[in-house]
Amino acid sequence: MAVDLSPIDESLLATIANLHGMPKGAFNIRRDGQLVERHSSAYIDIETQTDHPGINVRVKPGTKGETVFIPVIITQSGVKDVVYNDFYIGEDCDIEIIAGCGIHNDSHKGSQHDGIHTFHIGKNSRIKYIEKHYGEGEGTGTRVLNPVTKVYMDENSFCDMDMIQLRGVTSTVRDTTAELAAGAKLVITERLLTHDDQTAESNLNVELLGDDSSVQIISRSVAQDRSTQVFNPLVVGKAAGRGHVQCDAIIMGDAKVKSVPAIEADCPDAILMHEAAIGKIAGDQIIKLMTLGLTEEEAEQEILDDFLS
Amino acid sequence: MLEIKNLVFEVPVSEGATETKRIIDDLSLVVPDGSLTVITGPNGGGKSTLARLIMGIDQPTSGQILIDGEDIAGLSITGRARRGIGYGFQQPARFKGMKVKKLLEIAAGKRLPMFACNEYLTKVGLCTADYLTREVDKNLSGGEVKRIEIATMLARDSRFAIYDEPEAGIDLWSFDRLVDTFRSIHDDGDHTIVIISHQERIIQLADQIVLLENGHVDAEGTPEELLPRLGMARKSDACRLTEPMLANIENAINVNC
Repeated sequence: MAVDLSPIDESLLATIANLHGMPKGAFNIRRDGQLVERHSSAYIDIETQTDHPGINVRVKPGTKGETVFIPVIITQSGVKDVVYNDFYIGEDCDIEIIAGCGIHNDSHKGSQHDGIHTFHIGKNSRIKYIEKHYGEGEGTGTRVLNPVTKVYMDENSFCDMDMIQLRGVTSTVRDTTAELAAGAKLVITERLLTHDDQTAESNLNVELLGDDSSVQIISRSVAQDRSTQVFNPLVVGKAAGRGHVQCDAIIMGDAKVKSVPAIEADCPDAILMHEAAIGKIAGDQIIKLMTLGLTEEEAEQEILDDFLS
Repeated sequence: MLEIKNLVFEVPVSEGATETKRIIDDLSLVVPDGSLTVITGPNGGGKSTLARLIMGIDQPTSGQILIDGEDIAGLSITGRARRGIGYGFQQPARFKGMKVKKLLEIAAGKRLPMFACNEYLTKVGLCTADYLTREVDKNLSGGEVKRIEIATMLARDSRFAIYDEPEAGIDLWSFDRLVDTFRSIHDDGDHTIVIISHQERIIQLADQIVLLENGHVDAEGTPEELLPRLGMARKSDACRLTEPMLANIENAINVNC
């Protein structure tokens, strides 16, 4: 398939979506606010939205074992791209969705991508969602990513979301909401690295609407240099569901981290827990790895890599 | 050969105080190549501090530590590790997100095939299939982390290995295997082993026993010389007593995976 991708494009796609060339099956690759290439499969249909920039992804009931790629890359400075991606996933599906955004900015003008994702997950369906954010480039222009994610889960559906900010994102505000019907299970694993003067804010609001629904939120972050991070995860139990929120941050340099996990129950049978920890790398961890032959710097990097792995 | 000459380690009696107390008090010791030395003695006697000084985690106030005649004062922890010194911690660190296999590979300094990891874990009584992909975090029990710590020491294969109370927190079945493992490393003859221990069965393995008390060597000698003083009798084969019991346990509980 003849698609004009520069080495920078290819490198970004490899970083955020592990893509090397065009994928098989259904995909939609967007660059600088424009469609690069799209392909629907027999079971997954991707169409352009009529009222917004963006796409509707419709997955037929019973679709299993397929992967949809919808990566976005921005390589022009000064681009502000807003895109709406709506997923309609039928009943009894089992699919994987690879999203993510990579920005390469070598100029002084800012680049921004706001991806608004909505997931309607049908009964008994299982979804694995992976989203990676990454910024690079030598310019002073900002690299901004403000994703909005809305998840609506029907009965007994399962959704496992990995949302990762690798590095290089000047500022991010992440807003994630989810509503879970009876028996639905949601696992959100958020991993985030900030450095230099970057800022990150993550707001999560998950409502347990049906009995036996459950959510697990795991947030792991590393704040380096002078960067700041704020986490506001909230789980609301409106039925006999279970919720667990865990925020864990490693703080370094002159960074600041604020972690405010919250739980709220409107139902006496809801079981909710939260925990949060912020701390520097433990000295005994570094010493242990040094006794195994690593230098102090290598030990620190190893600990951070594993923490965010 | 490891030689410790007139080692002194002092710390302030309280934070910020100028008055000091001696944790290690003019300690001298020789550990011959290929030997198994057990350091024992009361809590607070300075055993772990001595190990930390050898590894370079703490710096002595005065005195010398020599490996093969070379003073290692100028070597960092990393430098000493690369020089062949290994240290199995009494209370091992935990690492969020680090898999057991990864830790073993860092210790070995190379990628490890599954069978090699399997061998290290089996030697400390852990079932490989269950553990290789687990994280070395708070979800592991104290005994599990301790055994993984010893497995990293086996993977590290240090020429000069210090084990700090390896028996602490380890169950009876794993302990039997551990004693066998120490005996086998010692029998190979290539490794110099120092074990800090209060455990009779480990003390029985020693070529040399050092009794450390109040920061200095109170007594040192062969098991024949020192066991009576420790209230222990010399056994010709320390393991024999428990072998029938081990056999029964292995029938009842699958410790071989």
